[in-house]
Amino acid sequence: MAHPINSRVIAVNGPLVTAEVIRDQEVTMNEVAYVMWNDIPLKSEVIRIRGRLVDIQVFESTTGLKVGDQVDFSRELLSATLGPGILGQIYDGLQNPLNMLENTQGFFLKRGQYVSALDQTKKWDFTPLVAKGDQVKAGHYLGYVPEGIFRHHIMVPLSYAGIGEIVEIAGQGPFAVGETIAVLRNGDSEHFSVTMEQKWPVKMPIRAYNERLLPSRPLLTQCRLIDVFFPLAEGGTACIPGPFGAGKTVLQQIISRYAEADVVLIVACGERAGEVVETIREFPDLEDPKTGKSLMDRTVIICNTSSMPVAAREASIYTGITLGEYFRQIGMKVLLLADSTSRWAQALRESSARMEEIPGEEAFPAYLESRIAALYERAGLVRLYNNETGSLTIVGNVSPAGGNFEEPVTQNTLKVVGAFYGLSRSRSDQRRYPAIDPLISWSLYLRQLEESLSERHPKWVELVEEAQSLLHRGSEVHQMMLVVGEEGISIDDLVVYLKAEAVDAVCLQQDAFDKVERATSKERQVSDFLLLMEMVHHHFSFESKEQAKKEMTNIQNIFFQMKYAPFQEEAYWAYRKEIESILKKGVKSE
Amino acid sequence: MIIEHSRITLIQGDIIAVPATGIQYGELAVVKSKRKSSLAQVIRLRGDEVFLQVFAGSRGVATGDQVRFLGHPMQVAFGDAMLGRVFNGSGDPIDGGPNLETLPRLEIGGPSVNPVKRIIPRGFIETRVPMIDVFNPLVESQKLPIFAAAGEPYNQLLSRIGMRADADVVILGGIGMKYDEYLKFRIAFEQAGVLPRTIMFIHTASDPVVERLLVPDMSLAVAEQFGVRGKRVLVLLTDMTAFADAMKEIAISMDQVPSNLGYPGSLYSDLAARYEKAVDFQDAGSITILAVTTMPGDDVTHPVPDNTGYITEGQFYLKNGVIEPFGSLSRLKQLVIGKVTREDHGYIMNSMIRLFAKSRDVEQKLSMGFEKTAEDERYLRYGQLFYERFMDLRVDIGINEALDLGWKTLKECFSADEVGIKQELIDQYWPGTSG
Ligand SMILES: Nc1ncnc2c1ncn2[C@@H]1O[C@H](COP(=O)(O)OP(=O)(O)O)[C@@H](O)[C@H]1O
Ligand SMILES: [Mg+2]
Repeated sequence: MAHPINSRVIAVNGPLVTAEVIRDQEVTMNEVAYVMWNDIPLKSEVIRIRGRLVDIQVFESTTGLKVGDQVDFSRELLSATLGPGILGQIYDGLQNPLNMLENTQGFFLKRGQYVSALDQTKKWDFTPLVAKGDQVKAGHYLGYVPEGIFRHHIMVPLSYAGIGEIVEIAGQGPFAVGETIAVLRNGDSEHFSVTMEQKWPVKMPIRAYNERLLPSRPLLTQCRLIDVFFPLAEGGTACIPGPFGAGKTVLQQIISRYAEADVVLIVACGERAGEVVETIREFPDLEDPKTGKSLMDRTVIICNTSSMPVAAREASIYTGITLGEYFRQIGMKVLLLADSTSRWAQALRESSARMEEIPGEEAFPAYLESRIAALYERAGLVRLYNNETGSLTIVGNVSPAGGNFEEPVTQNTLKVVGAFYGLSRSRSDQRRYPAIDPLISWSLYLRQLEESLSERHPKWVELVEEAQSLLHRGSEVHQMMLVVGEEGISIDDLVVYLKAEAVDAVCLQQDAFDKVERATSKERQVSDFLLLMEMVHHHFSFESKEQAKKEMTNIQNIFFQMKYAPFQEEAYWAYRKEIESILKKGVKSE
Repeated sequence: MIIEHSRITLIQGDIIAVPATGIQYGELAVVKSKRKSSLAQVIRLRGDEVFLQVFAGSRGVATGDQVRFLGHPMQVAFGDAMLGRVFNGSGDPIDGGPNLETLPRLEIGGPSVNPVKRIIPRGFIETRVPMIDVFNPLVESQKLPIFAAAGEPYNQLLSRIGMRADADVVILGGIGMKYDEYLKFRIAFEQAGVLPRTIMFIHTASDPVVERLLVPDMSLAVAEQFGVRGKRVLVLLTDMTAFADAMKEIAISMDQVPSNLGYPGSLYSDLAARYEKAVDFQDAGSITILAVTTMPGDDVTHPVPDNTGYITEGQFYLKNGVIEPFGSLSRLKQLVIGKVTREDHGYIMNSMIRLFAKSRDVEQKLSMGFEKTAEDERYLRYGQLFYERFMDLRVDIGINEALDLGWKTLKECFSADEVGIKQELIDQYWPGTSG
């Protein structure tokens, strides 16, 4: 609700508006304000206060604003709305459901239209978990409602201060999100009504849990290059930098479909609307293999695409993360994919430039580093109050200017993430997709998850490291060949190179658009990788380089055919046998 | 309400400031000088100071000149009567035809399309340029620039696609265009019979620099109106680097901190606001944008091509008169490959490119004086055939013919187990010994 206090616009510079407030008016940093444009309120956020001058960034186009227009301050921080009904939604950066805007606005997004993030009329079937007299605090579960395949826990609002005693709790029955389901009384005998809907300021982390845990389990993405070579941890962080067109978005799209998460949040931040459309249109018809339900049921899309207002782009990532933390509070395994964090950083840069702050490297503000760190710090695996775990994993795309990883956003991101999937132009030019360059990428989780990964094979991590070093050696041989030619290297070196090429072609490269190839289950990853490593360990005795090339091409081709064959079906077994017999034959001939 | 002011307090670059109150951000004004009168747009309000960018430039503007505020942002006429007509960078007819003052006018630079009102594009646009159709197909509603150094035949390529594309309406936005180039477009479109469904907004190289800024917005605002009325519109913009340079000049005049080579930090958003107008509307028409981005110094990492590449759905990289397979990309290709086109399309495309990459490696290796192996010989031959049959811009064949030619070329140079294509397709498409 707005509290008019007669503040006026005194300057307009793009999305940055300066207001002058009356003397002694209290204004809060990051408070929501509304600039009145012909009686239409334009949502904004306070981003700097200097005496009576308050700078606000407007989340809408400022065309048509005049000096003297009224500004209202809401006294509320920019917040996300949390509760049942978020799953399956497509929101803009400020959590307006785009489907609702569609009904009222037609093709184009008009200014100053704000719609409730949650359906206020829908009834949810509430079941209580507490009784009168129980003592509770922020984040404690009061009950739950079924939402899709999940149990959506209803909790004491995260902003509730101190301990409360339950003085009223609703019985089992249907409730809308705005209806009271419990009443709490605090030590000062103040009563507080709890509904299923609550708000949380997006720029503050939610910390209503017992403790943070070290990530120790992999989060399966079904992308082999990630799962086998550079695993992602549940509750961990990763970044995907790469030049344009190298495959960042396709990689995230694939992960959003096939990753083993309970909830997937897709934050389309300053990128193409068309990419979001693919997700919006295709997900409802795709089946989540784990649940048999539509993929959309576990997905939330937050989109501020590149032509939508820049200031709201900055907010969109925070909105996404806040939703992620909320789902973690209800015990979910949450995966957040942001494409791209560079656009978010650019939004910071734009507003910083308008405020005439002293620019740092490449004109980014000096606080870029701390903002990036704070963002990824919100990921994590936590032990909740009920001793169950919840996790938020964050994977951010980075779009470095000129494809050069030395720039500030990439560098500052690399300082804080647990895994780095660097895409290279040369790999994408060669259509070696996903174009993650195995020679520069890393994952701190490979060692960290060793215990869990050893379930795949007792020596799993060692084998992976061996494969990684084979790739490095293969690349060295390749470099050497560029200088001295094939005739200048030994046959053993050539075989190293050919084996590395085979590992690359068979395991690293994965066709995102083939229906078998696009996702590889854990079982298949294990069995195919172990067979591939048998080939790597195998001592071939070739007479000549020509023979080496011919036979290695042959065996690589059989592996290659095998990966397109559905797992454990007839063709798969046939190719596998063929490979096994070649490997056996080789041993005999020695 | 029209307000006049006559005390200009600042002239810097193409920016002027006047004291005025009650002025809207983004509003249009007319600056009347002795010799000329120019449109100007409000780009900043500070107290009672109003800053404007003067589209015809500030040269000759005097401190006593009159500034008349019009009370609305920039508008452009819209209607079927515009078809076949040519306008300048401020939207006035320059073809000697009747004026269009009776047409309704609409504001340019309007809001974004709601993403939920977009649909997934599915229309394959056959250009009969095999480097496009086979390797990077153009899809209806795509936004795609041609990256080229100065001197490359980018405008020819643009007009060739413009003529082939089978759009209901073609809109050509010329930005800093040489007059001769404009005439060439006109003649080519006239001969192809496209002119009656074409609208041209032409800003020529001799027109004031800031006027460039309006051309994309006017072209796209008109396109959008045809689009919502169910028309399939193709917008051709050349050259968007000239547009970005005008942006840079304004930013510098406003003392903005540049982020890279003098370009403002908002370059990405500014370009995206235009390119994102490309759309396939649910239950209506579509807008496809094909643009030219010249690359200063043939450098893809220059801020303009770099930001553009991040925004657009791929790019055609024109170099030495051909479309380079490396560096060119159609991000929407998978929406039509094997779905609208033949099932073998994707496999042929990937395999041919991989092998072509290898043939380039071989070429490089040999240029360093290494021994040529029998295998090298085959790759060289393949590279040569690839150039002649696919890359040469004179080649003019349909997609199926090009795919068949692809199989034939592979077969002429390689054995089936060398091409990395799954067996099922080899069985079906690998040209038989008899055939
Ligand atoms: N894993 C993949 N398999 C096949 N093609 C891919 C893959 N990743 C990317 N591509 C191709 O590269 C293009 C660009 O990828 P995209 O993810 O949009 O790049 P970025 O987001 O890095 O700019 C895609 O449109 C697709 O044609
Ligand atoms: Mg992308």
